[in-house]
Amino acid sequence: MSGSKERSIWVMQGNEACSVGAVAAGVNFFAGYPITPSSEIAEFMAKHLPLIGGRFIQMEDEIASMAAIIGASLAGARSMIATSGPGFSLMQENLGLACLAEIPCVIVNVQRAGPSTGLPTQPAQGDVMQARWGTHGDHAIIALAPATVLECIELTACCVSLSEQFRTPVVLLLDEVIGHMRESVEVPAQGAYRVHARPLPSDEQEDYQPFCGGCSGVPPMAHFGGPHRFHVTGLTHDERGFPTMVPEEVDKKIRGIVDKIELKADDLAMNEETMTDDCEVLLFSYGSSARVAKASVRTLRERGVKAGLLRVKTIWPFSGKRLRELAPQLRSIIVPEMNLGQLVTEVERAVAGAVPVRHFGRVDGHLFEPDQITDFVLEEIAS
Amino acid sequence: MTKSSGRFEIRLSGSGGQGLMLAGKLLAEAASVYGGKNTVQTQSYGPEARGGKSKTDIVISTDDIDYPKATSVDVLVAMTQVSADEYRHSLKEDGLFVVDSYLVDRPGRDSVIGIPFTLLAIEQCGRALFANVVALGAIVELSKVVEWDSLEKTVLARVPSGTEEANKKALAVGREAARRAVGEVS
Repeated sequence: MSGSKERSIWVMQGNEACSVGAVAAGVNFFAGYPITPSSEIAEFMAKHLPLIGGRFIQMEDEIASMAAIIGASLAGARSMIATSGPGFSLMQENLGLACLAEIPCVIVNVQRAGPSTGLPTQPAQGDVMQARWGTHGDHAIIALAPATVLECIELTACCVSLSEQFRTPVVLLLDEVIGHMRESVEVPAQGAYRVHARPLPSDEQEDYQPFCGGCSGVPPMAHFGGPHRFHVTGLTHDERGFPTMVPEEVDKKIRGIVDKIELKADDLAMNEETMTDDCEVLLFSYGSSARVAKASVRTLRERGVKAGLLRVKTIWPFSGKRLRELAPQLRSIIVPEMNLGQLVTEVERAVAGAVPVRHFGRVDGHLFEPDQITDFVLEEIAS
Repeated sequence: MTKSSGRFEIRLSGSGGQGLMLAGKLLAEAASVYGGKNTVQTQSYGPEARGGKSKTDIVISTDDIDYPKATSVDVLVAMTQVSADEYRHSLKEDGLFVVDSYLVDRPGRDSVIGIPFTLLAIEQCGRALFANVVALGAIVELSKVVEWDSLEKTVLARVPSGTEEANKKALAVGREAARRAVGEVS
């Protein structure tokens, strides 16, 4: 990262920007295990956090790292971890603990081509469903996907804020292109990001109940080790944190952790639209693929095709609202993703057959080229 | 920049360890921080720590840059034979093709400028690792993609302290070699 202080124009890498966003949002604890293409985030945090009184720990693996950020968060820290697919797989069990025990934390996954070790230095968008359903059991998740370096700053800060607001783990889905890309950005001024403060109980409050237990809101979260003593467990628990098998209490708990996020799906939706006003063919995409789709929309317009782009920044919870609003004017929806069909299933669910939906996937470890998407759209229109 | 449309694409290719990523980063910074243009730099390399194919694309534009990689390359630098073979087809017909003639025997294209970057780095700068900065000096002289002053400022601001003079010299060596090479061609 470097640039001119006077003009605030910096040439910054996506991973660096993610770290800058985290620090701007008050992240003061990072545990992790380095992995390509995410290692620059750990590198930055290792250098930077000690300078501002934070803590960086390189753990023995990603399982322990995920446990560490959960523990730090319980004690009141704003905590974050960064990894790629193989590490994200290892974190899934503890991610479920954070969902059930309602512990805020941010997990950055810079996606590379999988499965398994796959292609460490090549991009993919293959972890979209893993972010949603990688940990077992019914739960909800928030996941955001930036497409520019500036958005890496903004959305990382947003992840921190949402995790605190909803007391839940939040996933930032980058891909290798966005994580490693350097782009000129005008860095926002210090204090540009307002982070939702964790709801805290007062020290004097009697009968403190640390968990949701089905209430529509998010209960205050006392710092572990403070005046309020409470129990934290991965067993399904009641409002006080003690294990329960009472059907009504179990049902309340599970619906509670899902509803607090899923019922807010439309409020949490962040989109960017390009030429959607009069579009008949809608490209629906996210992350680096959406940048290519945007270039393709411009070319298609030049060729007289009424194309538009809906780029989602909020992947989960998925909001179908905008798609349903646009559906009546559309002849088709085309979904380019660097996978063989993941978020497209949500698009199909949202429009429920009202518009034909076609997926366009690429899984050879390379980003789409604009002509590929353009040609695919032209063929679709012709058929 | 001579191109009429806003977009200018540079591809630096070679082998891991030649310093191409750093060269790309410096060029992007020179264009944005000092030149006021939008830039995007992407990279591509294998899982090896050293060696293996390595490539970086720098897209410079006065407009927003959507597609972040190069598709129709204006300036291609090849620092190995393998990279010359792989990427020369990505170059535009009237694009500028520059190879390290110390390491590339067969550029595979009639219109090419050969400069022995690595040899110049060894002989005139004392170490092969200056080859990337020598190459930067040459391609900026040949393409005028950024102002010379912007390049020099960027390089001096970014290199480890104590190496400023050596890097400044490497830039000048590249510029001089480029001038000579063009003289020979024309």
